This record gives sequence, C-alpha cells and structure tokens, in this order.
Amino acid sequence: MYDNPLTTPRATHGRAPDVFHPGGWVPMREYPQREAVDFVVIGTGAGGGPLLARLAERGYSVIGFDAGPYFRPLEDFASDETSQSQLFWTDERLVDGANPLKMGANNSGRAVGGSTVHYAMVSLRFRPEWFRSRTLLGYGADWPLDWREMWHYYARAERDLAIAGPVSYPWGPKRPRYPYRAHEINGAAEVLARGAEAMGYQWSETPLATVSAPRGDSPSCVYRGFCRVGCATNAKQSQLVTYIPRALAAGAEIRDMAMVGRIAVDAAGRACGVHYHRNGAWHFQAARNVIVAGYAIETPRLLLNSATDRFRNGLANSSGLVGRYLMTQSNQAVYGVMDDMVRWNKGPPSLTITEHWNYNDRKDFHGGYCWMAQGPLPVEWSAAMSTSRRLWGAALREKMGDYNHQVGLKMVGEMLPHLDNRVTLADETDRYGLPIARVTYSWHDNDKAMIQHALGEMQRSLELVGVRDLWRQENDTNHLAGTARMGFDRETSVVDADCRSWDIPNLWICDGSVFPTTGGVNPSLTITALALRTADRICVQARTGEMRK
Amino acid sequence: MTERNRYPGYDVLVKRHSPSWNEATRRVMDARLGVPREPRFLSRIEWDTLVAICDRIIPQPKNRPPVPLAAYIDQKLKADARNGFRNAALPPQRAAWQIGLAAFEVEAHQLHGKAFHHLTTAQQDDLLRRVESGRIDAPAWGDLDAALFFSEHIMGDIIAAYYAHPTSWNEIGFGGPASPRGYVRMRNNRRDPWEPVEAGPGEEARVGRENRRVR
Ligand SMILES: Cc1cc2nc3c(=O)[nH]c(=O)nc-3n(C[C@H](O)[C@H](O)[C@H](O)COP(=O)(O)OP(=O)(O)OC[C@H]3O[C@@H](n4cnc5c(N)ncnc54)[C@H](O)[C@@H]3O)c2cc1C
Ligand code: SF4
Repeated sequence: MYDNPLTTPRATHGRAPDVFHPGGWVPMREYPQREAVDFVVIGTGAGGGPLLARLAERGYSVIGFDAGPYFRPLEDFASDETSQSQLFWTDERLVDGANPLKMGANNSGRAVGGSTVHYAMVSLRFRPEWFRSRTLLGYGADWPLDWREMWHYYARAERDLAIAGPVSYPWGPKRPRYPYRAHEINGAAEVLARGAEAMGYQWSETPLATVSAPRGDSPSCVYRGFCRVGCATNAKQSQLVTYIPRALAAGAEIRDMAMVGRIAVDAAGRACGVHYHRNGAWHFQAARNVIVAGYAIETPRLLLNSATDRFRNGLANSSGLVGRYLMTQSNQAVYGVMDDMVRWNKGPPSLTITEHWNYNDRKDFHGGYCWMAQGPLPVEWSAAMSTSRRLWGAALREKMGDYNHQVGLKMVGEMLPHLDNRVTLADETDRYGLPIARVTYSWHDNDKAMIQHALGEMQRSLELVGVRDLWRQENDTNHLAGTARMGFDRETSVVDADCRSWDIPNLWICDGSVFPTTGGVNPSLTITALALRTADRICVQARTGEMRK
Repeated sequence: MTERNRYPGYDVLVKRHSPSWNEATRRVMDARLGVPREPRFLSRIEWDTLVAICDRIIPQPKNRPPVPLAAYIDQKLKADARNGFRNAALPPQRAAWQIGLAAFEVEAHQLHGKAFHHLTTAQQDDLLRRVESGRIDAPAWGDLDAALFFSEHIMGDIIAAYYAHPTSWNEIGFGGPASPRGYVRMRNNRRDPWEPVEAGPGEEARVGRENRRVR
C-alpha cells in the first residue's frame, strides 16, 4: 500500500521520514502539547528550515509546523509536471488589481521544506547597496541591516547548502569560493554566454543549490531538468534534505500536515501558542515564543486571522502595514528558435546568468535586474506560448513542434514597494473555515520602464547570436516579498532588524515577507541568510536577558 | 492533409522500464493513461460541447488515438483540483466551466439554431474567437467574464491537459520522464541514446528505424 503523505501525517510516533533511504525513518523527539516549548516555527521553508536547525542545535525545544506533507523525494516524486502540483499551495486565493499575480505553481509551495522543494535553486547575493537603496540609490526603503554582516551569513548559507558556483563571481565585492564546482552548461545556457559577450557584458555560471559532486547521502545532479517540480534524486539541496534533517538530529520536532489557523495571545499581550489543524481536528500547542515563516501571503493572512479584541487589526499590526508593500519580481522573457538541436530541458533550467544591469546604474529607472537561461518543461512552455502569443488550434501545435530548438532569456527584476500592493482577507473561507487571502497587485511606471528595458536588452542579445523568430513573454512575475517589512521604527515597519515584531516581543516573523525591498536577484539565499542571523540574534538576546523584555 | 511527423517512430512509453522512469512515475502515468473516457462530473450536453471545444483548441491527427482531453477536464472538475488562485472576477472553476459551457450552447443556438457540437468547424472557430475577444451577447454568460474564462480555463486547462500526455511528448520530441537516469550530453546537437532523433523532410523512414531503438 502506498502511504499517501497528503492525507496522513508522517512525522508521528517518535519518528520522521528518512528522506535519503526508501522506507527509512529517523528518530524524532516529540513534545507534549500542554507544556510550552521554547519556540514554535510556522513554516519550514527557506526561512523556517534554518531557524529550526540553528535553534535546536543551540539546545532550545522547538517544533516546526507545516501545512504541507512530508515528502520522501526518492519515492514520492514522479518525473511529471502535472502530478507534481502536489508540491504547490493549491488552496484558493483571490487575485485582482491591474496586474493580478499568478499563484500556485508560480509562487508558493506547501511541504516540509517549503518552496525550496520546488524552487529553481538559483542562489544569489544581494548587491550591497540594496540594503540601503533609499539612502544610496534614491528609491525603496533602507534595511536596518549592515551588508557586511549579511555577507557573513550568505557565506554560511552557501556552505550549508553546498552551492555549486564559479571560481570567481564577476559582480560585487569579493566573496569566498563556492563550496562546489560550477555545473557544466547546456546549449541553452551557452546562448546567454555568447549573447552577453556580443554585447560586451560579463556572464557567469549561475550559483545553484544542487550538488556537482556527491555530498553525504546526496548524489551529484544528473541533469534531468525536473528541478522545478521537485528533485527525485536529492541532488537539490532543499531545506527538506539539509536543514530539516539537521533540525531533527538536534532534537526538533516537525509536525507535517498541520495548518496553523491562529496564534494565541495571553492576557499580557504575549504570544502563548498556536491553534492548529491536524488529523481532522483542531489542537493547541503552548509555546514561549512564536516565529512565523509562512511566506508573503500566508504570513500576513495568519497575522490578520489571529486578530483579538486587543489586537483588532491583527497581530503585530499597530503600524497598519501587515499585508502592505507586497512585492513580486518581474519575470519577462524573450524566446526564439535555433537551427541547432538544443533540448533546453536538459539540466537545471538557469545554468548561466548576467547581472550586468544589477551593477550598472546608467539607466533611467530605479532598481536592477538580471537575466538567466531557460529550459521550461512542455506544460509550462505551452502555457507561456499560448497566453503570450494568443495561440491555439493547429497554429499552437505547429509552434510547439519547435520545442527542442527553442532558447530563451528570462529576467528577474526588482519591483518597487507600494503601499497598495497588498494581501487582505476575503469573505470566502477555505476547508478549515479560515478566511482566504486576496492578493492585489498593480505594476507602476518604474516597473514597466524596467521591463521594457530588459526586454529590449534580452532581445538584442539573442539577435546578435542569430536566434530567430523572437517573441516576448510580457506578462510573467515570480517570487514574493514584503507584507511584514522590517525597519527602523514601529510606525513604519512590522519587525525590527532581528525580525522581532515591534508590538509583541515574543513574536518573530522570519521569511520573505520581511523584505523592505526585493532586489534584482532571486530571494531565497537572502531569506536563509536572514534566518541564520535571526537565530544567532535570538541566542544573543537570550543570553543578555533581552528576550524577556 | 497529413501533418509532418518530426519524430517518427518515437514512443516515450517504451522507456517505461528503463532507468528513466521510477516507480512514482509509472504509478502516475498509469493513472493518466487510464482516465475514464466518460463524463463523471459534467452532464451529457456539457460534455458534448466540451469535446467539440477541445477538438478546436487542440485539433488532433486522425492516424493515432486522440488524447481524451475532455476526460481530463471532467476529472479535474470532479476532483475539484484547483490551481491555487483565481481571478477575483471569476467564480470557482466548477461554476465557471458550467456557466461557460452552457453559454456556448446558447450562443450556438442563437447564431445557428444548432448545438455547438453540430456546427461546422469554421462556425465553431468563429464562436470561439468571439468568446476569446469578449464579443458576446447572450445573457447566458451572466456575470462570467467570457474573455477571462477563455484564457484561464478554455486555453489554460485544455492546453495543459494535452501537454501532460505522452502522445504530445512524442510529437514534440520531448525526452519525457528522466529519473533517475537524467541526461549526459548537454551541448547542442548531442543526443543521449534515450532521446529521439528529429527527421528532416524525406528522412522519415530511416529516422523511424533509429527512433524505434530509443529506450
Ligand atoms: C517555481 C519557483 C521557482 C523558484 N525558484 C527560485 C530560485 O531559483 N531561487 C530563489 O532564490 N528563489 C526561488 N523561488 C522563490 C523561493 O522558493 C521563495 O522565495 C522561498 O522559498 C520563500 O521562503 P519562505 O521561507 O518565505 O517561504 P516558503 O519556503 O514558501 O515556506 C513557507 C512554508 O510555510 C508553510 N505555511 C504557510 N502558512 C502556514 C500555516 N498557517 N500553518 C502551517 N504552515 C504554513 C507552507 O506550507 C510552506 O511550506 C522560486 C519559487 C517558485 C514558485
Ligand atoms: S537536474 Fe539535478 S537538481 Fe534538477 S531535478 Fe535533476 S538531479 Fe535534481
């Protein structure tokens, strides 16, 4: 009998799945519900994973809750786009605004390991100036953090995830050598390299969180190219196969298939535990501290859904900014055809990158962007083609026939924070009876200017290397940030530099939602670095007695 | 007219027992190929309309078994398997499909006095294009935004169902499932022996023989 992780929790009875061995288990500590644990962490992804590991390793009692299943990649992951939608958050969310976002496959995961189970593994550092973009570059908002400190945590995250990258990275201040050698590039990635050179721009192999040589129980990447629907070999260094096993070994408990519906607050106004739904019923777990790491839609939704008489507008929301300043990243692309047999689906999808326009300020808009090589699988590709070119019928089938000759470049661009791009609660409820999220998004002039600039640049670089039949995918976005921004004071932000909420001293928020600005690179490495820093800050505050304040 | 077969002789299903397919993949593909060919959620008339729409969104060649597209939509509706978001201007997907299919029928009767599936393909395409661009008049659409319904569901759901099927992978020369074996030859114009060869005009017979060895 196939034990279905989507219907029955697996981390129970003192054991959790051993993700490296079919049918195997590892021992797991379990904590009683009525006794308060030191920390409850809600969400086990890019932010939650490292927190669980670091806090457990420092001797705290900690439980990680995730609404999603505990997958065994070797046994549960098919090489198939459609069935692997099991990795995504597919409960309904409403989208509106002038440019409604696409969620689901495009934006968020639900699994132990969070969205890192299906992410594309691109692991980049922010440009240092972005932590002070308001002061140094004249847009967005400053982070209350020093980039040099982040540089230290980036290096640690890169070691923890065994990032495979080039010997020297062309942009930004010096960084240590990547722990694993860069991956070999495929034909589609070579087009980016040649195109960049033709324009006089630098390019690089993309630093990726999949190993280029064996690491512990992870074999090296076999270039199957299904990374965005889950890696069935464990080459991908997702939180599920890195920080979560570390957390378990250090005494953390994981509660999978456990949806937190509400954070409870005691009479003194401190968080005291969580109400969660598991195995068909609601339960309560007491906690001395609560850390929310559910990402930029579920984090504000949970805070808003936890409103009480005392905190009528939701928890941590005296500024009124919970749910505000939602950001996505522009993800437009230019595609075309080559005579060569390319087979762009082989290997991880984004093997090369140019960050030229992240580090060059001679442009008439704010913010930066990079672009990367592409290799979408057929379902995703057919959706991009049919919606962008309004193709169906015989014409679509004919164009799809070029699949193996296709190449493309896709941007990841910085969208600026705006108050009115936001997450609110809708009237509709989900299967747990909780109000669902309404996600409102509109592009602004700066966003549009950057997109046009990037499309022109990517198109020119493909033209220069003889790619033909070019067309533009004008309407795509990816990645989320904002909705619980960090800042310098309680009036203009939700959390401080330590990711601790201004309003409730034992409530932390530590995931992509704390970003004041989103930068022109994929966000996960920054989320993970921030979580490592937060764990260290918690330990320091506990030692100095600041925690009790 | 028979269309050009770019990957003659290639059948991705032959790799079922190769190192490119793991147990999870076999389990999933068996379920996909075994989809019941009868409506289980939609009514008979909704089903007939849907089958006719699918035939126009993805017209399929007559010389091979068709991908049962309507069956996958019906299955998705029966399971109420959603995409994780919904444009706030649309009702939930079951209601959207039911209102939309009924409205197609009303439009077909108003314009031509016949059921949609009895129209000529030219009439069907014409009606589909009107819906696509929101040029519709039947009150049957009610609050449903026809153009949005067309892009999110008619195109979105049907095209995704087609390119999730091995038959379409044969057609475009996609290697298909690839776990645990993956790929070795990463550069242009290099083929792993478990990938198909593309046939230029006149090469079909020779390439067909090569592709029958792909496994
Ligand atoms: C297709 C795709 C490709 C991507 N590729 C890249 C890439 O290459 N590089 C990169 O840097 N980023 C990439 N990203 C983005 C990246 O995955 C996210 O930015 C990152 O994982 C967010 O981290 P997080 O900790 O904030 O949230 P997540 O990693 O999403 O984790 C949140 C977790 O919280 C759980 N949760 C939420 N609410 C609750 C609740 N109430 N109760 C219990 N559990 C809850 C969810 O189930 C989920 O598992 C990609 C994203 C997608 C969708
Ligand atoms: S290409 Fe590598 S990282 Fe991607 S799914 Fe395959 S083995 Fe995993």
